[in-house]
Amino acid sequence: MMDWLTDETLAIIIAVLKSVVILLGVVMVAAFLIFVERRLLALWQDRYGPNRVGPFGLAQLIADMMKMFFKEDWTPPFADKLLFWIAPAIAVSGLLMSFCVVPITPTWGVADLDIGLLFFLAMAGLSVYAVMFAGWASNSKYALLGAVRSTAQTLTYEVFMGLSLLGVVAVAGTFNLREIVEAQKDMWFVIPQFIGFITFFVAGVAVAHRAPFDQPEAEQELAAGFFTEYSGLKWGMFFVGEYVGVVVVSALLTVLFFGGWYGPFLDAAPWLAFFYFAAKTAFFIMLFILLRGALPRPRYDHMMAAGWKVMLPLTLINLLVTGAVVLMRTPPVAL
Amino acid sequence: MAEPATTPNPAPGSDHEVVRELYARFGDNALTFQATRDGLPTVWVARSQLVDVLRYLRNLPRPYVMLYDLSAVDERLRNLREGQPASDFTVFYHLLSLERNSDVRIKVALAEGDLSIPTVRDIWPNADWYEREVFDLFGIHFQGHPHLFRLLMPRYWKGHPLRKDYPARATEFDPFILDIARQDEAQEALRFNPEEWGMKRSARDEDYMFLNLGPNHPSAHGAFRIILQLDGEEIVDCVPDIGYHHRGAEKMAERQSWHSYIPYTDRIDYLGGVMNNLPYVLAVEKLAGIEVPDRVKVIRVMMAEMFRITSHLLFLGTFIVDVGAITPIFFAFTDRQKAYDVIEAITGFRMHPAWYRIGGVAQDLPNGWDKLVRTFVDWLPKRLDDYEKAGLRNGILRSRTVGVAQYNTKEALEWGVTGPGLRATGVNYDLRKARPYSGYENFEFDVPVYHNGDAYDRCMVRINEMRQSLRIIRQCLDNMPAGPYKADHPLTCPPPKERTLQDIETLITHFLSVTWGPVIPAGEACQMIEATKGINSYYLFSDRSTMSYRTRIRTPSFPHLQQIPSVIRGSMVPDLIAYLASIDFVMADVDR
Repeated sequence: MMDWLTDETLAIIIAVLKSVVILLGVVMVAAFLIFVERRLLALWQDRYGPNRVGPFGLAQLIADMMKMFFKEDWTPPFADKLLFWIAPAIAVSGLLMSFCVVPITPTWGVADLDIGLLFFLAMAGLSVYAVMFAGWASNSKYALLGAVRSTAQTLTYEVFMGLSLLGVVAVAGTFNLREIVEAQKDMWFVIPQFIGFITFFVAGVAVAHRAPFDQPEAEQELAAGFFTEYSGLKWGMFFVGEYVGVVVVSALLTVLFFGGWYGPFLDAAPWLAFFYFAAKTAFFIMLFILLRGALPRPRYDHMMAAGWKVMLPLTLINLLVTGAVVLMRTPPVAL
Repeated sequence: MAEPATTPNPAPGSDHEVVRELYARFGDNALTFQATRDGLPTVWVARSQLVDVLRYLRNLPRPYVMLYDLSAVDERLRNLREGQPASDFTVFYHLLSLERNSDVRIKVALAEGDLSIPTVRDIWPNADWYEREVFDLFGIHFQGHPHLFRLLMPRYWKGHPLRKDYPARATEFDPFILDIARQDEAQEALRFNPEEWGMKRSARDEDYMFLNLGPNHPSAHGAFRIILQLDGEEIVDCVPDIGYHHRGAEKMAERQSWHSYIPYTDRIDYLGGVMNNLPYVLAVEKLAGIEVPDRVKVIRVMMAEMFRITSHLLFLGTFIVDVGAITPIFFAFTDRQKAYDVIEAITGFRMHPAWYRIGGVAQDLPNGWDKLVRTFVDWLPKRLDDYEKAGLRNGILRSRTVGVAQYNTKEALEWGVTGPGLRATGVNYDLRKARPYSGYENFEFDVPVYHNGDAYDRCMVRINEMRQSLRIIRQCLDNMPAGPYKADHPLTCPPPKERTLQDIETLITHFLSVTWGPVIPAGEACQMIEATKGINSYYLFSDRSTMSYRTRIRTPSFPHLQQIPSVIRGSMVPDLIAYLASIDFVMADVDR
């Protein structure tokens, strides 16, 4: 009868269900950020924002989605069709994939990869293809300029992003994100790895193409940059992809530097774990939005200069000092 | 046969220093002095001597450094031009000297069969666009001009619109039909051809990209097109292309009564509101010989300064947006709304009140106006401090604008730059101080001057000008004179009505003046003012009619755009955006 329902298959089914829940959760949160960002910016900008559809404008998301789905999804005749179609898919999926290594609570999470951090870096590296393909396939000058900017920028921040995380890896002694969280039971890594936190935060903003590092899509300069030629659902995928990036980077900041699910009274009430994780992530998401509301956009060559001349040396020094401290504390090995 | 008389009769115009200098250099016979209503020395010269005369004026001690204006007039239907040389088409050059703080106007007569004149591009580079405009609208050829293409009208256009034989109304043309062939022709005319502008498509190691920025672009501030020759993101060269906002405002002036043209002026610099009315009504009043009461002067100054503030606030918001910070513009618009609450209560309209009248203003100030104005002038100073602290001291904003799109005083003057763009290069030249009009001499205020001539300083000049405007408005508030809001003069508009029901002559005059509009005495007058974006002037020709014979509108934005290539070569695309924002132009003010 139900003899196929062994413990093993049950575990598989539960794991799959959990994954689906997390996937949907992330996508929903990302889409909902469209609304959150508009309302928060409005709050800071002395205006109302979308407050007509549903209570507090909460249903604005549904209206936006319907508009996006039913808009003409136009592919320019001069575009390279295949690449033009692939680009938005990469934009959404690249960073979404990397969320599977993020441990949400002690019991929730999609995968416990031993190379979790490297998997994230790889996915972040792949996501630049979305921008490059979009810019190239559009066969449009504005899109091309955006793609060129993005590629140049990626070369800059990828280097110090990886290095900024190695301090954490050295202190925790692992690439596994769950173990990194557990290593922060007594002290969040933001304290010993403050420089690492700052540099990773800057790189994270750039990974997500968020202001002030949104030069590839700088509206005032390049109209819409690499997705100038996109419309309808494909444009919407870039749009949601950007917010997925915000969610992933915020979650990683929480996990790597702010103790993940840890917080007071966790022993008494284990359900607080999810609350702590969500609250910390939400804080960083809002910080992203505040940045966009507060800062002008630097010129992209200034940004690259800062990356190579300030951020990279900073991360290297951080890594050296961290390494020295870790070596000092390690008991000498008898030869 | 000029015998030296015992009491020499001085040649006409000798009370002007520049005219004496010209007589001394070129002789009495070479020049004809023309008296104008504005007292601006106006001298006719022969076409053969034009370049010599202009070059002489440019190189005099205390030279005429700026070609302030250059345009033409079709004289063929003009009746009252006593004492002027015979001419079918007259080209005029309005030159400005900062050191003398005075101007001179040079006119050249052309015959209909021989409409050509030498170019003066090599004396003042900004003659380029002015000459193209005259070629476009009058069909006068400028010999030696390398790019003598149409400027405002499309390339395929037939006819020269500002000629008197060119119709002014749509009903005088065949119905317009846009078919595919015509659409293709129009689009083909817009294709950019680098060779035409002396540009190469590639260099030894690279191919250039030609990027069409505009006419629709988020940062082009209207329908403005600029074609960039790019090496990567570096701008090798560029060609600004205007005319997408051309509405023929100068032509319309020839078909509107003196009074009914006022609303059109509002829409020239559409952010300047009544500031645009001011040079026009002042010029008409010069022609008509109307002296306005003190209350009118102070009301006009107060409202003009209100509009300077609203225009500068919009500039400030868009400037910061264009370098990427999206928040301050919402605050700036809140402040503008507060200004418009005052403007609306006083004039009954927001952006284009058309509220000044020939000889006065439309109504007296409403009850309680002082309270409204006071609320506003108490509100704004703290906000300006906030903008400066939160927006302009930001390190990223400074890195984007300090040293960007820099030009010095010499370049500014030879390109005809006026207003904040000139004062940011260290020149203290504000017409409100230099040549006070409408009673500005009675106000205490400073002229903000900065010295780097970059995008940042142009912004700082404007933010400090708003503070000075508030000072002026406060003085208006405290010292508003009592009295009538309109001059007691038969040519004011609408004309005085008090005695119309008591005697028939007054009634007839009033009736004619209301139905046809006033008949302004013959003559020419120009009035310059320090408008929101630089020096704006109206040069009016009256042929003793109910309408203007020719209305020349000199706007500040026009030369500012012409200067772009010389400033931005070698910079990057983001610098161009910051530069465009710092010019503070509106396309209606460029194309008219």
